[in-house]
Amino acid sequence: MTAVTSTPALRISGLRKSFGELVVLDGIDLEVAEHEVVCLIGASGSGKSTLLRCINLLEPIDAGRIDVGGQEITAPGANVDRVRRRIGIVFQAFNLFPHLRVLDNVTLAPRKVLGQSRDEAEAAATELLRRFGLADKRLEYPDRLSGGQQQRVAIVRALAMKPELMLLDEITSALDPELIAEVLDLVRELAKTGMTMVIATHEMGFARDVADRICFLDGGRILEQGPPAKLLSAPVEPRTQQFLQRVIAAGRL
Amino acid sequence: MGRRAGWIAFASTLATFGLLGWLVVNAPNWPSVQQSFFRGDEFESALPAVIWAFRVNVQLFLIAEVLILGLGLGIAVLRSLPGAVFFPVRLLAIGYVDVFRALPGVLVIFFLGLGVPSLRLPGVPSDPFFWGVMALTLIYSAYVSEVYRAGIESIHPSQEAAARSLGLTRAQSMRYVILPQAVRRVIPPLLNDFIGLQKDTVLVSFIGVVEIFRTAQIRQAAHFNFTPYLAVALVFLLLTLPLTRVTDWLLARDRARSSAGARP
Repeated sequence: MTAVTSTPALRISGLRKSFGELVVLDGIDLEVAEHEVVCLIGASGSGKSTLLRCINLLEPIDAGRIDVGGQEITAPGANVDRVRRRIGIVFQAFNLFPHLRVLDNVTLAPRKVLGQSRDEAEAAATELLRRFGLADKRLEYPDRLSGGQQQRVAIVRALAMKPELMLLDEITSALDPELIAEVLDLVRELAKTGMTMVIATHEMGFARDVADRICFLDGGRILEQGPPAKLLSAPVEPRTQQFLQRVIAAGRL
Repeated sequence: MGRRAGWIAFASTLATFGLLGWLVVNAPNWPSVQQSFFRGDEFESALPAVIWAFRVNVQLFLIAEVLILGLGLGIAVLRSLPGAVFFPVRLLAIGYVDVFRALPGVLVIFFLGLGVPSLRLPGVPSDPFFWGVMALTLIYSAYVSEVYRAGIESIHPSQEAAARSLGLTRAQSMRYVILPQAVRRVIPPLLNDFIGLQKDTVLVSFIGVVEIFRTAQIRQAAHFNFTPYLAVALVFLLLTLPLTRVTDWLLARDRARSSAGARP
């Protein structure tokens, strides 16, 4: 659970981010320990995705700081490309490279960024794909795969860089209901291996299973956080109660 | 098409074109038209010379096309550089494209082919072929860079985000993720510009390059007969028609591959 002894895998303090007039993140403080899985829940527009994109430096932040593995990544002059090697992100819309076969999608970054040889990268990628039941798809182009398969490839692509932290941004929101399970199973498997993850999700049942801690975001702040059992069953904040009631009414818990 | 439908199509085509041919040949002024445009003996004697002269056009457009594809891509990439530091670079790229798309091609060809050599600057070639290639390259690179740019901008920003999130640099994302997709998308318009370039090589005749059009013009002037131009037209048709078919075929193949998947 929340180990406080070692350096946290991720520490965010006082993070603020606006798009023009619109304040999206309004002072976020969050610590994630190594091997911890944190789920971010909250209504659309509560800032979950923006938070993940900020951690990966895909969005410049307005104030605050982010440390990964004890290193400040938001320091001016920090090498963003080096930071991103250490952090994997998986997007809602998969964002596979459509002109590359599955294998090349997975090996591109290890070869070009880490300088691995083609043989080395392909061996590692094939092993990863096999582990997640995608070995027979390695020579296909992404548009020949189902949404669930594409998303699993996207996760493998991120894993191939051996990240110390994985960010999952509503990775099942674009999937047909019957394809969601295969993707979530993969994430559960990852959690078991001790991967540190921050997961934005609308799947409350999944969050309860996989998360060590759940954070409820509202209006760009972490309004409430705690272990799943507590936060999902006995939330303190009225806003959290409201949100969860709506989720239950929609049949998603 | 079934066997029966095939025969009907064949017969109706034969009838239609037969009728059109009959109408043309029996038009009241046909003999004089035939005399100045369609003389068999003129055609026969002009054709070999015209084809031989065409090698100059082929050299012109092949050399120019290679330069254009490189320069056009370079300009498109420069124009897409982000950030305040690169403002002057973007400005230069935009200025270049604006100017060379606005100017009539013949003006550029005259300016470079006749104007620059007249300066007699040391080390500057005066060969009209050289300046012809330069002028065509400058003109067409402006168009082609716009084609590339449209292709680059058509790639969704999430592709760059995905590439950058894996640790690829901006340049690597461009090289391995954006450009391969962008270029594939713009192959048909690129081929259109290539066909345009092939035809515009005849403009270089104005600065003294003896190529296919100039050769035909010389014969036309000598014999007061326009049939050599017909030979020129035929050569261009024979070149560009297959090229447009190849373009269509490439597109169809690309579509088939991405929808049928790749078989190892």
